[in-house]
Amino acid sequence: MDRGRLNSSDIIVAVIRKIARSLSGETVKIMDFCGTHEHTIVYSGIRSLMPENVELVAGPGCPVCVTPAHYIDTVIDLALNGVRVYTYGDTYLLPGSAPPLSKKPRTLADAKAEGADVVIVYSLLEAIKHHRLHGGESVFLAVGFETTAPSTASAVVNGMVPDGMTILNVHRLTPPIMRYTFNKHRNSPIRGVIAPGHVSTILGAKAWEFIPKEYGIPTVVAGFEPNDVLTAIAYILAMLKTGRPGLVNQYKRAVKWEGNKKAQELVNKCCEIVDASWRGLGIVPESGLAFRDKYSSIDAVYQYGLEQLKRKEWKYDLPPGCRCAEVTLGLAKPTDCPLFMKTCKPGSPYGPCMVSSEGACSVWARFGGGGLVEEIVRDLGLD
Amino acid sequence: MCLGIPGRVVEVRGDGIAIVEFSDGVSIETDANTIEGIRPGDYVIVHAGIIIAKLSDEQLETWAKDISEFIAGLEEKGEEILDMLRSLEEENVAGKSGKD
Ligand code: SF4
Repeated sequence: MDRGRLNSSDIIVAVIRKIARSLSGETVKIMDFCGTHEHTIVYSGIRSLMPENVELVAGPGCPVCVTPAHYIDTVIDLALNGVRVYTYGDTYLLPGSAPPLSKKPRTLADAKAEGADVVIVYSLLEAIKHHRLHGGESVFLAVGFETTAPSTASAVVNGMVPDGMTILNVHRLTPPIMRYTFNKHRNSPIRGVIAPGHVSTILGAKAWEFIPKEYGIPTVVAGFEPNDVLTAIAYILAMLKTGRPGLVNQYKRAVKWEGNKKAQELVNKCCEIVDASWRGLGIVPESGLAFRDKYSSIDAVYQYGLEQLKRKEWKYDLPPGCRCAEVTLGLAKPTDCPLFMKTCKPGSPYGPCMVSSEGACSVWARFGGGGLVEEIVRDLGLD
Repeated sequence: MCLGIPGRVVEVRGDGIAIVEFSDGVSIETDANTIEGIRPGDYVIVHAGIIIAKLSDEQLETWAKDISEFIAGLEEKGEEILDMLRSLEEENVAGKSGKD
């Protein structure tokens, strides 16, 4: 036989198929937490390479998708009242709570169209530079998980935020939402987790030790190349086969066991952990960050007397018919939503999961579900 | 949002800013206060304008070794791996028939 024709992906896939064949019982559901992993899976057609008894489901790892409508409404109001708003590109088109075609602007883009000063930036650093140049009053919309929080913390702790600029802190934490997700899958449990690689560069692989320990679920911290993801799946299946769930750090080239301590210290100095709202899901205990009192001068919540959403005030904040909450938790596929590629498309997103390049709906819309072509054709009634 | 882009540090300034160059030749200013001991020439991962992790040659070598060790571990038995490769080749042949 000509071994030269086989590349390393072929070998890993063969290993996956071989172990999967030997596993008895129901389908093995593996959750890829991170939107960037879902991108790799879909873009590289990894789903289509999986044996029948292995199912890959996307998890809640898209920070833009879970940013509550309340905070988008808040920055839209500020923008309409003469405050310059700095936003990452991903949140520029994110809808707030206004329904489509209503008079009220639905997104920061709509607010800008009405003459508000909204500036898209790649980083807080860029926003700071822009504010120094143009002065005035501004607010930076700080969304993102543990990967992004250090950029906010570094600027705050190191005194880089200029006068006249505040930050709306909407950072969210991933381990608490992982626990929340596991509980929602009780009827058909998740049996393997591909843990988020870049979050882990900050938190360290150790952050996921609780998954095999408390839930008995094999977990692999993985990089973002197709072979990283395939290797992670093979590790998970091998751990299931041997009945020894553990934690493997497959992304050692970037992730240390202890993580990035300097970044962790900055975040701890700057922020405290609070109960926080997630779009479509509600309040999740100890799942968000808020600025410590000593930084109230740059805290938009304090400076503008804004309300943080509390459990009692939280209202369901997805547009009618949008199934983002289930998509986010891996309980539904984007194609299960009747609006997918009809009312809701990447160019004109109706729900939040269609906005960010890492939202599951947007990834599936652009690249087609990762090889499940026939299924998508069937789901969309195109067969 | 969680995208990390690998790049190479070309300059570290006194004010905690590092200039990082990416593979397409674009350079940007990044906040290097978030990481210990960055030097010009280091390979790093940049996310939202900060350096989140440093990649060392040693880690990259370990990565290559990890993968080969992993495959070797699963290939323990020569017979088994040969079987596997044979069945894969059969699948490939079956998959390709009728196409050419
Ligand atoms: S397709 Fe659009 S409306 Fe449907 S779940 Fe996804 S984001 Fe929501």
